[in-house]
Amino acid sequence: MGIVKLLSAAAIAAATMTGTAFAEYPEQTITIIVPWSAGGGTDAAARTIGTILERDLGQKVSVINRTGGSGVVGHSAIAAAKPDGYTLGLITSEINMMHWMGLTELTHEAYAPLAMMNEDPAGVHVAATSPWNDLGAMVEDIRANPGKFKGTGTGIGGSWHLALAGLLNELDISADALPWIPSKGAATGLLDIVAGGAHVAPVSLPEAAALAEAGKLKTLAIMSNQRAENFPDVPTVEQAIGVPWSQGVWRGMVVPKGVDEAIVEKLSAAMEKIYKDPEYADFMQKRGFGLRYMGSAEFGEFLGEEDASMGVVLKAIGLAKQ
Amino acid sequence: MSTLALAFDLVARWEVLLAITLAAVFGLFVGAIPGLTATLAVAVLVPITFHLDPIAAVGAMVSCSAMAIFAGDIPAFLLRIPGTPASAAYADEGYKMTLRGEAEKALGASLLFSAVGGLFGTAVLMLAAPSLAEVALKFSSFEYFWLALLGLTSAAFVSAGDPLKGLASLLIGLSASTIGMENPIGTPRFNFGSIELLGGVNFIAALIGLFAVAEILRYALKPSNNPHSVPQTSVGNPFRAWGKMLKTYWRNQIRGNILGVVVGALPGAGADIAAWMAYSISRRFSKQKEKYGTGHVEGIIESTSANNAALGSAWVPALVFGVPGDSITAIVIGVLFVHGMNPGPTLFLINPENIYAVFLIFIVANILLVVLGWGAIAVSKRILIIPRRLLMPVILAFCVTGAFAGNNNTFDIGVMLCFGILGFLMEENGIPVAPCILGLLLGEVLESNFITSMLKADGDLFAFFSRPISAGLGILTLIIWLFPLIRTVQALRVRRQKTA
Repeated sequence: MGIVKLLSAAAIAAATMTGTAFAEYPEQTITIIVPWSAGGGTDAAARTIGTILERDLGQKVSVINRTGGSGVVGHSAIAAAKPDGYTLGLITSEINMMHWMGLTELTHEAYAPLAMMNEDPAGVHVAATSPWNDLGAMVEDIRANPGKFKGTGTGIGGSWHLALAGLLNELDISADALPWIPSKGAATGLLDIVAGGAHVAPVSLPEAAALAEAGKLKTLAIMSNQRAENFPDVPTVEQAIGVPWSQGVWRGMVVPKGVDEAIVEKLSAAMEKIYKDPEYADFMQKRGFGLRYMGSAEFGEFLGEEDASMGVVLKAIGLAKQ
Repeated sequence: MSTLALAFDLVARWEVLLAITLAAVFGLFVGAIPGLTATLAVAVLVPITFHLDPIAAVGAMVSCSAMAIFAGDIPAFLLRIPGTPASAAYADEGYKMTLRGEAEKALGASLLFSAVGGLFGTAVLMLAAPSLAEVALKFSSFEYFWLALLGLTSAAFVSAGDPLKGLASLLIGLSASTIGMENPIGTPRFNFGSIELLGGVNFIAALIGLFAVAEILRYALKPSNNPHSVPQTSVGNPFRAWGKMLKTYWRNQIRGNILGVVVGALPGAGADIAAWMAYSISRRFSKQKEKYGTGHVEGIIESTSANNAALGSAWVPALVFGVPGDSITAIVIGVLFVHGMNPGPTLFLINPENIYAVFLIFIVANILLVVLGWGAIAVSKRILIIPRRLLMPVILAFCVTGAFAGNNNTFDIGVMLCFGILGFLMEENGIPVAPCILGLLLGEVLESNFITSMLKADGDLFAFFSRPISAGLGILTLIIWLFPLIRTVQALRVRRQKTA
């Protein structure tokens, strides 16, 4: 064990210092698997990462969409890929939910994390005509009138649903107090808020920006530790009600478990370089995606913690199968 | 005026025009290949558009999608294999015309009315985008429920022949649409533990199977049936033929355009549904109902007018509120963000020349459609000369590619083959496949909007009549349903009076 560690440490040192020991990698096309469809946000992020990686490593990078099964198919394909360092994947928050819901056996432990590349914190959006003008008023109204108000913005058990259910759970408000109206994506949910079919949608701020700008919506809070650069007027949950709560949708690069340590090291260094690349920042800024970076170790820890907290929320709202 | 001049300046650049033209040719190819949809064509363009100027990028997507929707009609009419789902509604009608030697007339009609429909959609987009978007905002799950039900009702008009067999086909489609976890509660159903089936039956794979694979199977079993020996007549000067059609069918064209614009602007419905509804409406109100299903150009004109008009108006909610009107504009919104043209009301206020340039491109694209489309018809007609025994294997190869390409998943090829066998068996027994497609397309829409409406209304069924638009649509649906019943009762009464 000690010898292995020593050897790999030496290998890493050699790789980082001289760059000759692993000059062979990468010597063939690298594939990035995306579990969501072409043309969407995750796809666009993966393609941007791919373009910069191709330039940085001097090896062709191809992005492949493996969609279907609400993300299970693609996430499984990443985990099942040959661990030779030539198949990477862009995983999303769903990895920490689907196994709790009994859709798959697959968990984040099937991967070796490289880096978290982005996070979009949830916002709390209500109709412009809503009587609630701050988050405090909203949660107290929900507490006082259980079942009267409804939330929407994603399917049942989707990230945005869990973000708000988790906050209510934190405030000791029962999950039944805010019934969830399932919707196809954030846009449909927001339209329902505007049309009066539901009362609150906890989706990301950029998704709601156009409707907010049109005077149809107001945003009460952002579930993050700090205010968003593009939306300085929106307070954090802690600023609004004094309870720290951050929750959002994130994307991160991984390889299947079993990839050579030195390659993992090299790839996570490449991810850090991409994250710091002005082209990446510029793209994310334009698409309205939130920037958040975690290195390999930190991302790994985050995955474990988030998995546990998702389990708590999913059990609280009765969606966990275990 | 100066805004328009600025916009014109933005469009009249060689790199913009080149991007539009290349994207148009690409769209024509992709749309004409069975199983490769307009959405897929646009998705493939996305990484390329990152390197283009904003106007060239958006222009490429506009012209690519317009061409692809038209091009979907080419294999639909020549081979009875719809290139895109929007063509499925009238594929049979066009194919019957080809069998009579009228392929050029059918395709010419589709081309002309596609372009006119596209221009109509553009005009609405330019003049009425903000107010139409306000109307679209009034639609919630209650209204979409009735709309889906109206769509399903059109199956009764789409299927020629035995209505009972049409209903059977519709139910097969609806049953297949319940597979997977894409239902309101997100619970896996009928997937038998398969991960691939969690996402439900892949619609495109099923479409290719029902039409194309079934056709290939039919040919393989009865190769003697070779309709391609029919001599094709030329329409001569296309403009003269078009003038005549415009004069005869202008009512269908306007009705199709309006329906397409309205349905297209709704975020929960798109060009596909518009084409189905237009076809059934034209059949219902036609003076020559008996000709439908035998190769009659009237239904083709109305539905092709609708699907291309829908394409333009789908941009209405996308531009005004950042809410996609269909799967194509969902992709477009992402590209707009990347190029700093963030959707929202300010798009029309700050630098309005950008958005007017997009409108101009819509116009250019639809004119380009006529030119390139006519060329495509001339070339593709030659497919009919190729012996079927050579053509069929090539089509099968394209089908496999198309089924695979959507999700990069070999499982979908299996789905395609299963639906191919299903479609073959259905047609052998006189059950039409078109209502099955409609069931697959609308089953999930109907179910999810019903469930979400009931959740919102705490189970009160009268909620479906408590909102003005919803009540109107509901009453309309009930009238359409009860109409045949009233007619039957009346006929019985007349007969009784006669016998008395």
